[in-house]
Amino acid sequence: MTAPTEAPRPAAVDTVERRGDKTFSRLAVGAGTAILIALAAVAIFLVAQSLPAIVAPAGSFRGTEGDFWQYVAPLAFGTVWAAALALIMAVPIAVGIALFISHYAPRKLAQPLGYIIDLLAAVPSVVYGLWGITVLAPATVPLYEWLAENAGWFPLFAGPASGTGRTVLTVAIVLAVMVLPIITALTREVFVQTPTLNQEAAYALGATWWEMVRMAVFPYARSGIISASMLGLGRALGETMAVAMVLSPSAIISFAVIQSENPSTIAANIALNFPESAGIQVNALIATGLVLFVITLIVNSLARYIVNRHERSLESR
Amino acid sequence: MTATLPPRAAADPQGAGPARVNSYTSGKLPRWAAPALTVACLMGAIAVVALLAAAGAIGEFSLVLAVILGTVSAIALITTISLIAEGRRAATNRFMIALVITAFVVALLPLVSVLSTVLVNGAPRFDLQFFTWSMRSVIGEGGGALHAIVGTLQITAWATLISVPIGLFAAIYLVEYGRGPLARAITFFVDVMTGIPSIVAGLFAYALFALIFGEGVRLGFAGSVALSVLMIPVVVRSSEEMLKLVPNELREAAYALGVPKWLTVVKVVLPTAAAGIITGITLAIARVIGETAPLLIVAGFTSSMNYNAFSERMQSLPVFVYTQYANPGTDVDVYLERAWAGALTLIIIVMALNLIARLITRLFQPKAGR
Repeated sequence: MTAPTEAPRPAAVDTVERRGDKTFSRLAVGAGTAILIALAAVAIFLVAQSLPAIVAPAGSFRGTEGDFWQYVAPLAFGTVWAAALALIMAVPIAVGIALFISHYAPRKLAQPLGYIIDLLAAVPSVVYGLWGITVLAPATVPLYEWLAENAGWFPLFAGPASGTGRTVLTVAIVLAVMVLPIITALTREVFVQTPTLNQEAAYALGATWWEMVRMAVFPYARSGIISASMLGLGRALGETMAVAMVLSPSAIISFAVIQSENPSTIAANIALNFPESAGIQVNALIATGLVLFVITLIVNSLARYIVNRHERSLESR
Repeated sequence: MTATLPPRAAADPQGAGPARVNSYTSGKLPRWAAPALTVACLMGAIAVVALLAAAGAIGEFSLVLAVILGTVSAIALITTISLIAEGRRAATNRFMIALVITAFVVALLPLVSVLSTVLVNGAPRFDLQFFTWSMRSVIGEGGGALHAIVGTLQITAWATLISVPIGLFAAIYLVEYGRGPLARAITFFVDVMTGIPSIVAGLFAYALFALIFGEGVRLGFAGSVALSVLMIPVVVRSSEEMLKLVPNELREAAYALGVPKWLTVVKVVLPTAAAGIITGITLAIARVIGETAPLLIVAGFTSSMNYNAFSERMQSLPVFVYTQYANPGTDVDVYLERAWAGALTLIIIVMALNLIARLITRLFQPKAGR
C-alpha cells in the first residue's frame, strides 16, 4: 500500500490489537471461504457420484442399449433444443417490451409496467407447469393440427400433430414466458443507460422514434441484449418442473416440434425418474446433472465475458 | 380519412389559399388515427370470424383467432395508410411502434391467463379444511396442505438461517475487507453459483447427505441445504450492492472518532444499509420458496405431518402441487383442485413477500437522496 521509504508512521496506532476486529474479520473471511468450499463440494460430490455411471458398461441404463454417453445424448439435445426455441421466441418480445418501457411508455407509467413484468418472474415454476399442461397444451392442439396440415412440408412442423399438445413447442412457449422477465429486466437496464444526449441529437436532426432507437439506442445496447439473452438461456436450460409436467418424453433426437414423440430435457428427466431410481440409475441421473451443470456454466461464462468486454470498451470510450 | 388529410402542398406558404392549414400537422395522420384504426380492425375481425363460424367455414367462434386477425390487419393497415399519407420513414416508424406495443400486450397475455386460471381453479378448495388438514389417509375428497405448509416454512426457515449469515458476511468481506485473489475468486464463484440450475443444487444435497446417511436419504434439512446453494449468491449480490451504497464519509467519520473497524461495520455501515439488505433477503426467500425440483429430489414427498426437519421425508407446498397433479387417485378432479389451491397459496405467499420487500424499501429509505 505505502512506499517503504516513507517516514515511519506512529507505531502506537499499528500495534493496537483489538480482539473484536480480529474475530470479525475472521468471520468475514470464513464466510467467503465457506462459499468457495461449498462450490468445490458441489463439484467434487457430483463428480464422485457420477463416475460409476460414466464408466459403467453399455446396457446398464434404463431406456437405452448403449453406454452413458448414448443415454445422455438425446437428453442433452432436448435440453439445448427446447431452450433455443424458447429463446428465439422470448428475445424479440423481451427487447420490444424493454423498449416500450424504457423509451415509449410515458415516464410515469414506466415503473408500474416494469413491476407488472417482474410479476411474471414471481410465479413459481410448478405453477407454470400446471398452467402449461391444463390451459396452454389443450389450447395449442388446433394450431398444431393446422400447422401439420398446411406447413407439414417444413421439417420442423412435420406431422402427425400431437393430440394432447404436450410437445417441445408448448414447452418452449412456457419456457419463453418464464425467461421473458429476466431478459426484459436486463435489457431495460441497458436501454435506460444509453446516453440521452445522442437520443436528443437524433431527434433534433429530425429522426423518427424508430430511427432514434436504431441510431442512438441499439449500438450501445447490442452486447447488453446478447448477454441478457445468454443469461435467459442459462435459466431456460436448467428449468425443470415446467418441462417435466408438460412434455411427453421419449428417448429420441428429433427436430420436429409438434409431434407426440419429443426429446426430453436433462432436468426434467432427473425430476421424473429420481424418486423411483436406485443403484447405478441414481449415479446416471447425477452424471446427467453434471453434464447440465457444465452446459449452463459455459453459457453463463460466455454471457459474463461479453458483459465484461462491453464494460471495458465503454470505459475506454 | 381523406377529410383529415390536407394535401401536402398546403404546407407550402406560397400556395396557402385557405389560411387555416397548420404547417406543423399537415401531411401527418391525426393522433387518434392509429388507436381508432386498431379498435376498428379488432371489431371487424371479431365480426368476420363470427360470420365465418356462423356460416360453418371454421369449426367454432374463436376469440384468439379474431384477435390475431385484428392485430395483424391493424398493423398492416396503419403501415399502408401511413406509407401513402406520410412517406416511407414515418411508415417504418409506425410499423415498429406497433410491433413494440404488440410485444408488450403479448407478454401480458400469459400473465393474465396464469393468474386468472389459478384464481378461478384454486378458489373452490381455498377453504379452512385446506389449511387445517394434512393428506394422511385421505383418498378422494377433502384433505389439505397443512403438512406441506409446515414443511415449506421449516425448510425455508433453515435455508434462510444458513444463507443469511454466510451471504451477509461474505458481502461484508467483499466490501469492507476484500482485496486480492480471495476477493476476486469469491466474486467469480458467486457468479458461477448464480447460474447453478436448481435441480443440480438438489443433486448436490443428495450426494452430500447420501455420504452421511446412506443411499436413498430423504430429509427436510437436506432440502434446506439445496435451497441455500441457490439462495447464498442472491444474498451476497444484493447485500454487496447495498453495502457499496453506504457513503465512505460515514466510515471515515467513525474511524476519526476512534471506533474500531468491526464496530464501525456493525453500528454504522450495517444500520445504514439495513433496509436494502432486508429487502434483498426477502426477495431471495421469495425466489427459493417456490422451488420444486431440489425438494422433490432430497426432501421427498409424503402425505403425513412431519415437524422434524432432521428425520424422514418432508412435504413442501410446491412439491404438494406437483404430486397432487402427477399422482392422482381415482377421482382426478379432486386432486387437481387441491393442486390449484396449493398453487394459489404459493402465488399469494410469493406476491406477499415481494410486496413486503417493496414496502421495506419505500418505508426505510434514507430521507436524503443517496
